[in-house]
Amino acid sequence: MLTFTIRRLLLAIPTLLFISLVIFLLLEASPGDPLGDVPLTVPPEVKERMREALGLGQAWYIRYVLWLKQFFWVEPLHWFDSVFGTQFSAGMQRIISFQSRSPVFDIIAQRVPQTLTVVGFSYLVGILIALPIGILSAYKQYSWFDQLGTFVSMIGFSMPTFFTGVVLIIIFGVKLQWFPSVYDTTLQVRDWDSFWAQVRQMAMPVTVLALYNAAQISRFMRASMLDNLGQDYVRTARAKGLSERTVVLKHVLRNSLIPVITVIALGLPAVFGGAIITEQVFKVNGLGQLLITAIHGNDIPMVLTLTFIFAILIVLFTLIADILYGVLDPRIRYD
Amino acid sequence: MTDPDRQHALDTAETVDATAAQAGAVPGLPPDEPHHAGETRSQWRDIWRQFRSHRGAMVALVLFVATILFVVVGPYLWTIDPTYVDIRARNSGFSAAHPLGTDQLGRDMLARLMAGGRVSIAVGLTAMIIAITLGSLIGVVSGYFRRLDAPLMRLTELFLALPLLPLLLLMVTLFREPLSQNFGPAMGTFILIVSAIGATSWMQAARIVRGDVLGLKEREFILAARSIGTPAHRMILRHVLPNVLSPIMVAATLGIATAIITESALSFLGLGFPPDFPTWGRLLYDAVDQMVMYPWRVILPGLFISLTVLCVNYIGDGLRDAMDPRIRGR
Repeated sequence: MLTFTIRRLLLAIPTLLFISLVIFLLLEASPGDPLGDVPLTVPPEVKERMREALGLGQAWYIRYVLWLKQFFWVEPLHWFDSVFGTQFSAGMQRIISFQSRSPVFDIIAQRVPQTLTVVGFSYLVGILIALPIGILSAYKQYSWFDQLGTFVSMIGFSMPTFFTGVVLIIIFGVKLQWFPSVYDTTLQVRDWDSFWAQVRQMAMPVTVLALYNAAQISRFMRASMLDNLGQDYVRTARAKGLSERTVVLKHVLRNSLIPVITVIALGLPAVFGGAIITEQVFKVNGLGQLLITAIHGNDIPMVLTLTFIFAILIVLFTLIADILYGVLDPRIRYD
Repeated sequence: MTDPDRQHALDTAETVDATAAQAGAVPGLPPDEPHHAGETRSQWRDIWRQFRSHRGAMVALVLFVATILFVVVGPYLWTIDPTYVDIRARNSGFSAAHPLGTDQLGRDMLARLMAGGRVSIAVGLTAMIIAITLGSLIGVVSGYFRRLDAPLMRLTELFLALPLLPLLLLMVTLFREPLSQNFGPAMGTFILIVSAIGATSWMQAARIVRGDVLGLKEREFILAARSIGTPAHRMILRHVLPNVLSPIMVAATLGIATAIITESALSFLGLGFPPDFPTWGRLLYDAVDQMVMYPWRVILPGLFISLTVLCVNYIGDGLRDAMDPRIRGR
């Protein structure tokens, strides 16, 4: 198991390097110019110096290696310094955003809490809804509950989140006036009133994302339960005289959760991608909104760093899913 | 086939033989359904028969065909130009002149929904064809030629690790201008979006097809074909591809749904087609600003997207059931 983990970790390095190169070259091949908004009255030689000040003077491979160094060496060092008060990264250039001229990682650190509260919470709610539905509709296969569950989950992943979000805003934000339609990120939770305001503004984005996730996870849960319910060990457990409750909730559920847990781990990075749209609908200024403004503003370092972080998340969670599978299921041997 | 599987298959065959022998021993019984004896039973008719028994899929098929007729034939019956600006009739509600109302520039919503649906469904179909062609090609090649298997599967894994939505956003923003200049704004965006979606969604199909080809390669009929010296290309076209057609078709159906959703998501983020070129996603995006006053303008295109995707998903579900020979005939 350990050798497998180490081998996969080593294999992840070239994968990530390749992905970063792809993103970098894509940005490089783009016709967009970060100085496109500079007025035409600025003389060309000044423009050339501005270009050099942005670090655009060198060849692309030098800039690529420089960015790699900044991402993997300077930024961790800086983080180490700020935690332990050392001076290792003094005088080193961090990754700077073209738009705001401040370090990219500082801006990302400001945006992460918003995304994590909304996305993380909605994923949690989605899982908590999905598991009981999946269990029940597998146990009572082809009952009205199962039919209804199938239909609702089909609708759940057929309706795009931007449509469900807008419909919720029209119904609950505009007509009924229950929830605010715009997410206020300056709100600080200090007392019960502000806590209640936070709950109210989170209700709609969390519902939208949770419904979407629950639809997919409950399908997996149902399929996995159905696989296990027909197994011989279930018959043995019933023949031993165990109660139906113990058979389903102890024996079958534990075994069916193994593939579902890996699916949950695999889906987590995709949720961050899906949140890009939901954040746009509810005007949450999280990572997705940051990415979109950066793309519109030709902010190459920001786009590169953010997209690469998404890629790291995907590779990391794929690895976690594989390892979890091996740990939870003793029949799987990686050696 | 593993040993227990084979044993199980043999057991089943034995049981069937025994039953058949018993049935034959009883004289005087007429054959089952004698009028069916002369009828040819093709594989496709079997699949169709099974498909028809899936009620949800049949309803979905009817609705999907209706939607396609609505967007293809509709514009010939409802002849208002979707880009015709009638500023005096702007923001009108449901009326005889404009059954679904007009937008903020007085353009007829019914005509715009038809035109938008044409583009959305065309994008879905074309992107699906690209993705499936690419996916089956890579899947068949990597399953059939052992030497290419490892590198192609590494490539597939690399693509699966790419953050797709951010990359799509990036590709569309970066390359919209040059393509628009070369092919015109509408055609350029169409080419760009279709190839971007196609190039980022072939991986699932490739993996499924590769798995099936690997299993198929061990079968006797492939050995027989190889022993009479069939060249590789005819082997793939005549013997391998027809046998992996069913998973490809299921993947294709589900691919249409994903492509339609991705296109409307891009349009919704303002990165899709130009404003005077309606698609369902674009109509929804344009209407969001006035959703407080005119909620129907948001709901109608959204309903069309959801309904089409729901239908396609149900059809895919029915196809999967119908094409699985283990379920068929039950």
